[in-house]
Amino acid sequence: MTRARAVAWIAFAFALVASALASPPAGAEYGDVVLNRRSEANGMRPVVFPHWFHRIRFRCTVCHGEFGFRMRAGSNEVSMQDIVEGKLCGMCHDGRTAWGAEQCDLCHSGRRGMKTGIYGGHQTGGPGRW
Amino acid sequence: MAAPRPSARGWRAVVAALAVLVAGIAFAAGWRALADDGIHDPSSPAVHLLQQPGEALAALPRDAAGNQVDWMAALDRGLIRPRSSVSPNFEVRLRTTEILRRETANQAMVVFPHRQHTAWIDCVTCHSGLFEMRAGATRMNMLQILSGEKCGQCHGAVAFPLTECARCHRVRRGSPEAAAFGNGIVRDAGAR
Repeated sequence: MTRARAVAWIAFAFALVASALASPPAGAEYGDVVLNRRSEANGMRPVVFPHWFHRIRFRCTVCHGEFGFRMRAGSNEVSMQDIVEGKLCGMCHDGRTAWGAEQCDLCHSGRRGMKTGIYGGHQTGGPGRW
Repeated sequence: MAAPRPSARGWRAVVAALAVLVAGIAFAAGWRALADDGIHDPSSPAVHLLQQPGEALAALPRDAAGNQVDWMAALDRGLIRPRSSVSPNFEVRLRTTEILRRETANQAMVVFPHRQHTAWIDCVTCHSGLFEMRAGATRMNMLQILSGEKCGQCHGAVAFPLTECARCHRVRRGSPEAAAFGNGIVRDAGAR
């Protein structure tokens, strides 16, 4: 191996490792909503609602128009009773369009102690939180 | 005996490696796995069952802001096909007019495009709770928007953030784009 080729290999290896280390992982959680008004008080993990997952499958207006979700995190009263009766999340999470309410852990998956609100905003920290 | 000088080929290789470094930083940035995102409980069974962000988002057009996805391009190119309604008789209302807001002090004027907004949301999402129906009638300022009011309800939370000034403030006074509005503030930009 020539000296030039050795330098090239070392430099490429350094570049690959350095770029992997320097890449800031993006937050897909941009717009994740944590619901914890009732969850932990009732012994469950907080609920995580990921906007990124839902907007791939539904336009905003489905939840924020048809289903009646208001657009400020924390302004929607969501109870398991509503969901089981087919309201709010229960419009889809009925065991047909999406998993049903008996799959507790799939929604109640947040870290304990997290406060209700919207997480992962890029700069503003989400509505109402400059 | 003098050490051999690095050849020109060696230096070219270093330059090429630096290019790889820059490209690597631009493209290798992924999305944190659910177990590492600081929001999900790593001990929850869900973090092994739910779809991982990287799995869903890597195939979508990249953006430099927000969650690194250009959602509008994803929709326009048909890479995602989100459902418009759950009830069968829901009518999707699309609009193609653009509204020019001239009251922007020394910043470029703002263009609000209805097409990109009605692709996601219905008229009643904004009218008339957030914005009056008559073009230009709603008074607002950046302090409100930065505080999460008006445009700031979505921009910064689920739409591109408020650090992307020029995406809204994009029409210079006296430019051809401004002239396209004539003396008015509404023009039909047409469907894409």
